[in-house]
Amino acid sequence: MADIFAYIEHNQGVAEDSALELLTAAKKISPDAAVTAIVMGSGGDLDKVCNEMAASYNAVWKIDNAAFSFPDAEAARKALVNILPGDCVLLVPHAHLGMDLSPGLSIKMDSTFISDIVDVEGLDGNTLKVIRQEFAGQVSTHVHADIANGAVVNVRPGVFQPDESKAGGGEVVDKSGDLGDVSVKRKYLETVEAEAGEVDITKSEVLVSVGRGVEEEDNIETIFDLAEAMGADVSCSRPIVDAKWLEKPRQVGTSGQTVKPKVYMALGISGSFQHMGGVKGNPFIVAVNKNPKAPIFQVADVGVEADILEFVPELTEKIKEL
Amino acid sequence: MEILVCVKRVPDTAENEIEINSEGNDIERDDLVYSVNEWDNYAVEEAIQIVDKVGGSVTVVTVGDEESEEVLRREMAMGAQNGLLLTDDGFEGADGKGTASILAAAVKKGNYDLILTGAQADDGAAEVGGMLAAMLDYPYASLVNTIETQDGKLKVGREVEGGNQDMYEIELPCVLSIQTGINEPRYVGIRGIRKVASVEIPEYGASDLGIDASSVGGDAAKVKRMDYFMPEMGEGAEMLEGSTEEIIEKLIEYLKAKGGLK
Ligand SMILES: Cc1cc2nc3c(=O)[nH]c(=O)nc-3n(C[C@H](O)[C@H](O)[C@H](O)COP(=O)(O)OP(=O)(O)OC[C@H]3O[C@@H](n4cnc5c(N)ncnc54)[C@H](O)[C@@H]3O)c2cc1C
Ligand SMILES: Cc1cc2nc3c(=O)[nH]c(=O)nc-3n(C[C@H](O)[C@H](O)[C@H](O)COP(=O)(O)OP(=O)(O)OC[C@H]3O[C@@H](n4cnc5c(N)ncnc54)[C@H](O)[C@@H]3O)c2cc1C
Repeated sequence: MADIFAYIEHNQGVAEDSALELLTAAKKISPDAAVTAIVMGSGGDLDKVCNEMAASYNAVWKIDNAAFSFPDAEAARKALVNILPGDCVLLVPHAHLGMDLSPGLSIKMDSTFISDIVDVEGLDGNTLKVIRQEFAGQVSTHVHADIANGAVVNVRPGVFQPDESKAGGGEVVDKSGDLGDVSVKRKYLETVEAEAGEVDITKSEVLVSVGRGVEEEDNIETIFDLAEAMGADVSCSRPIVDAKWLEKPRQVGTSGQTVKPKVYMALGISGSFQHMGGVKGNPFIVAVNKNPKAPIFQVADVGVEADILEFVPELTEKIKEL
Repeated sequence: MEILVCVKRVPDTAENEIEINSEGNDIERDDLVYSVNEWDNYAVEEAIQIVDKVGGSVTVVTVGDEESEEVLRREMAMGAQNGLLLTDDGFEGADGKGTASILAAAVKKGNYDLILTGAQADDGAAEVGGMLAAMLDYPYASLVNTIETQDGKLKVGREVEGGNQDMYEIELPCVLSIQTGINEPRYVGIRGIRKVASVEIPEYGASDLGIDASSVGGDAAKVKRMDYFMPEMGEGAEMLEGSTEEIIEKLIEYLKAKGGLK
């Protein structure tokens, strides 16, 4: 069995939730494999993350270099090619960094890339058996990958339970000297913070959230009417912001806001993982969708199969009558 | 600037309910409405806007079968000057790496300063752009939502967690994957498509590209999709049944109980 490594995303000295989810995924690939955490960064915070990870992982490779004071995938890719064993399995969270890093890394390592897995069935010789989704989560597939030459595997955040067993007791090994040349043709300049909006949906207790199912800009009005009747705020999925029907601060999801309402009402939203990734705190989820197989019904508490353009105005009327 | 935009023909998930066929080895494709991958429309629009500003031309390319030609025409109707269809029986069953290898061969045959892909397509792998860049040894940035042209380089923004934007300077030639929302793709009507209906679209097969089809097609694929299945519903939602009135009544009870009405 090849060595398994996990790429740890961290922020201000704290590992992201994905860090311990990757450990669970690694153990599903091979229950007895020694799993090494890769922690890249620069300066003081790095040791904190390394020590935190050493409690859970069998080993931690610390990579301290000014090039990683900001998590730059281009430079990280060069470093990883130089330090990782060629036939290893590297697990990476399938988020904004992993999308930047992993596909190219698999080419440079001449290993197999498996993207956005949602479950692991196991390893059979050199065949890694995993589950993926296609068509925005509407169907699943069993995928078999030949990993004889190693693999880079992007793991969907939030689907594996974090491994809290703290059974690692690993040692931190400083690999910073082995990086080689990490100069790249892409230079990080700055991060521009997202703008705040007129409503702060991260504080809302009840959200009426609208997706592409609303079909036309003019129909957004009916969503505001319902929200007003309920005493709720209006949020939305990404396509509504892309179309400029609502402003960006109302977008729920991994590239928008993380919300923690008591009640979340998803109207004409399919339930992509990037959207649901922004819905936290285990709210009561109501989904209204005309497609009974929409993935949102798998995560909702209560579902209604209906056309929102007809259903929403009727619901609004009834609530007003209360 | 010479820009190549990679586009993929995909079933339109907003228009279709995706069903699995009786053998479980594919989705029911018979009644599907196909269109160009949502992300790719934004990439083509961006390329056209760049060329409008600094000159040059836009070429759209796809790896696919004869039917994929329609998406090339659609993007040419938007304003791309050239189309290129990469097709060969041997390409069938290519995985993401195979697709990127075919595209890389086409890039090498041309002379492009900038290559754009969509951030992701229907298989949701978000892999082809990054692989292509690595094969060409070009710098790469994914999830790009702003592009500013500068001398010999670009200033680009990557949209990351929370809608924050990481700004980079990136040298040309490079590969960028484009995120939705970067622009507002123009509308193309039937008339626009008719205008480009007779434009010649060159087709390249494996030998034209100087590649061995068996190294990129299904036999070479290391990642194999074995079947399609419907995900377990798990506990799933309690579906409210009955007349609309009854459903609304039940829903209001739930909303009251859970604090959803103020
Ligand atoms: C890196 C990255 C980050 C992303 N970040 C985010 C994010 O932060 N937030 C986000 O939302 N998305 C995000 N996305 C996009 C995400 O992948 C999906 O494309 C998006 O969430 C889909 O939005 P939707 O559900 O509104 O639209 P669709 O997926 O098109 O779903 C529309 C739904 O409406 C239903 N419908 C249609 N008409 C009606 C009707 N009349 N009545 C009832 N139902 C109807 C359909 O059955 C369908 O289920 C991101 C993507 C990437 C690649
Ligand atoms: C008959 C058939 C069999 C297949 N068998 C397999 C299989 O066994 N294993 C497997 O892994 N995959 C298989 N595929 C999937 C196929 O190879 C995918 O096109 C590839 O994996 C990338 O798809 P994606 O949607 O994940 O692309 P992503 O990487 O998500 O797409 C990102 C961007 O890359 C570009 N792009 C992607 N595909 C193309 C294209 N064809 N032409 C031009 N640009 C493109 C576009 O700009 C797109 O926006 C099969 C496909 C078909 C039609």
